[in-house]
Amino acid sequence: MSYSMQLMMTLPELVLAAGSIVLMLVAAWGGQASTKLVSWASVALLAGAGIALAGPSSTGGVAFGGLYRADAFATFAKVVIYAAAAVSILVAPKFFQRTSGEDLRPEYPVLILLSTVGMGMMVSAGDLLSLYVGLELQSLSAYILASFMRRDTRSAEAGLKYFVLGALASGILLYGISLVYGFAGTTLFEGIADAYRAGTGGSQHTGLLFGLVFVFAGLAFKISAVPFHMWTPDVYEGAPTPVTAYFASAPKVAAVAMAVRVAVDAMGPAILEWRQIVIFASLASIIFGAVAAIGQTNIKRLLAYSSINNVGFALIGLAAGGEEGVASVLVYMAIYVVMTIGSFLVVLQMRDEQGEQVETIASLSGMSRTRPGLALALAIFMFSLAGIPPLLGFFAKLGVFIAAMHSGLIAFATVGAAASTIGAFYYLKIVKTMYFDEPAPAFAGKTDLVEGGLIAISAVVISPIGWLVFGALGTWSLVAAKALF
Amino acid sequence: MIQLLAFYLFATIVCLSGALTILSRNPVHSVLWLILAFFNAAGLMVLVGAEFIAMLLVIVYVGAVAVLFLFVVMMLDIDFTELRAGVMKYAAVGALLALALVAEIIVAVGAWSAGKLALGRRLAPVQDGVPNIEAIGQLLYTRYLFVFEGAGLVLLVAMIGAIVLTYRKRSDVRPQNVGRQNARRAKDATRNMNPAVGQGMDL
Repeated sequence: MSYSMQLMMTLPELVLAAGSIVLMLVAAWGGQASTKLVSWASVALLAGAGIALAGPSSTGGVAFGGLYRADAFATFAKVVIYAAAAVSILVAPKFFQRTSGEDLRPEYPVLILLSTVGMGMMVSAGDLLSLYVGLELQSLSAYILASFMRRDTRSAEAGLKYFVLGALASGILLYGISLVYGFAGTTLFEGIADAYRAGTGGSQHTGLLFGLVFVFAGLAFKISAVPFHMWTPDVYEGAPTPVTAYFASAPKVAAVAMAVRVAVDAMGPAILEWRQIVIFASLASIIFGAVAAIGQTNIKRLLAYSSINNVGFALIGLAAGGEEGVASVLVYMAIYVVMTIGSFLVVLQMRDEQGEQVETIASLSGMSRTRPGLALALAIFMFSLAGIPPLLGFFAKLGVFIAAMHSGLIAFATVGAAASTIGAFYYLKIVKTMYFDEPAPAFAGKTDLVEGGLIAISAVVISPIGWLVFGALGTWSLVAAKALF
Repeated sequence: MIQLLAFYLFATIVCLSGALTILSRNPVHSVLWLILAFFNAAGLMVLVGAEFIAMLLVIVYVGAVAVLFLFVVMMLDIDFTELRAGVMKYAAVGALLALALVAEIIVAVGAWSAGKLALGRRLAPVQDGVPNIEAIGQLLYTRYLFVFEGAGLVLLVAMIGAIVLTYRKRSDVRPQNVGRQNARRAKDATRNMNPAVGQGMDL
């Protein structure tokens, strides 16, 4: 295949990488005054990359000798990632102006763009090498973004904690990768799948199993599944809220998509081995994420546990395996991103008269009377996260349970469904606080037009009106899942 | 013949300077001996036809790591006599480490004499007659171009991050402005005065 054709397949990454370098130069010369321009240009670039996805990058081709896969699966994940990244760029400037009193520095959108390039590499990786480089590109940008408010000690702590634990997880993953490479003799997913296909008959089987365990441990850290979740609440609480919204959405989709691809593409023949790991991580995440969230008083911590809980449900679909299972994971993550971003956008509106962010759950008391629209939106997100019909969150959960049933994991699906009621408790507690408690002091400040619009759009997508797009989402996710088999 | 001579020359100097690295009393001298050892090890690598590793040794180890050592040794005020005081306390651990190292060397020599390790599936076996720098370049800039560029972006992010997290504008310093310095002309900067005797002058 000609070189230009291969480059055309990576067009979305090329657009983002070249664009972010140009914007970095604009930022270097323009200084703080250029933040607005750089932010909007970044959003435009993300849109451009999204359009570029329609080109050769979704044809199902393989570029650079298998390092890069331009298939429908990657396209699905990238569309969600780009949208989430664009939202976290759009809502940032106002937040930083309010909390730190100075304008947002223009490096913020540039770093988000660069980490989006990394996420693109992760989800279209066809080789452990490109997977690792993409993951590092994404993680390194994320560490910087977590401590972006460097004068804020909590933000600095979040960045440091994320960096140290993230480096540890990368080390574990890399160790697993080196074991897999050593025993399979290649880093290409196809070759690794061949090595696993040899099964217990193969002489390298024990070594390959060790590699599999370490790779899954590293991946579990990146998607913050129990027992590798400890960093999540601290980092989500300490990081600036737009950054937290970003962490909970785009990188999580990318990490889950990457885990699915590694599990299915590279280690598919060893499904019986990794299924045990995934089932354990899934149940532990669902139960722990729900139980630990009950005692939380900080809304950002609560949403962090909620994200752990939700990853558990997505993993049910992965454990189910097969086209249906993968499609249900994709649908779950797409709907999860809308719900999470919506919730964090509402958290952004919680601020006192001085413009400081308020993060306690108690301050939500009686919001239905002071800010009825906002309360309704948050109630929709919470009901949806709890999985209550007719909201889309219910259908996301239903999808993964049905996939698990079809692949014979009936006990597993039943336990998962039962455990989801524990999670419903704390989501409903927030709704109760907003609607039935005595009003706390009302939040000050008006909702910005962009933020308000985004909240409204998320709420409408989640609501029964979202059924209109749900059918298309299901079809598209099946097409995406087929690309892996 | 000349190869044999060169090998013994490099090997002797490596061993000698290695020994002197740990034996010399002055830490700065130690680092300098270390640099000499690196240079001669690079020579050995050239002899076995691994010129890429030879260049890595010189550029990375001598050029960066050893010079960094030198800076650290010279800038930190370390009392080495005090450091040496605890030598006997850790002698047992040191001996254990040395033992492990010796065991590894024995195993390595045994494995080496047992024959080559068969690599499962080599993606790009090097053809005969291609220098190894060229072989690495051929892989790195064609097959692995995508990851290579990705690694470049990782470094870019690291650079941006270092600046974003540490740079601050300071108002209490007077930085050098090269442009202004170059634009300054002698006639703007100096004045010829002819003060009368016994009188002061305004500057």
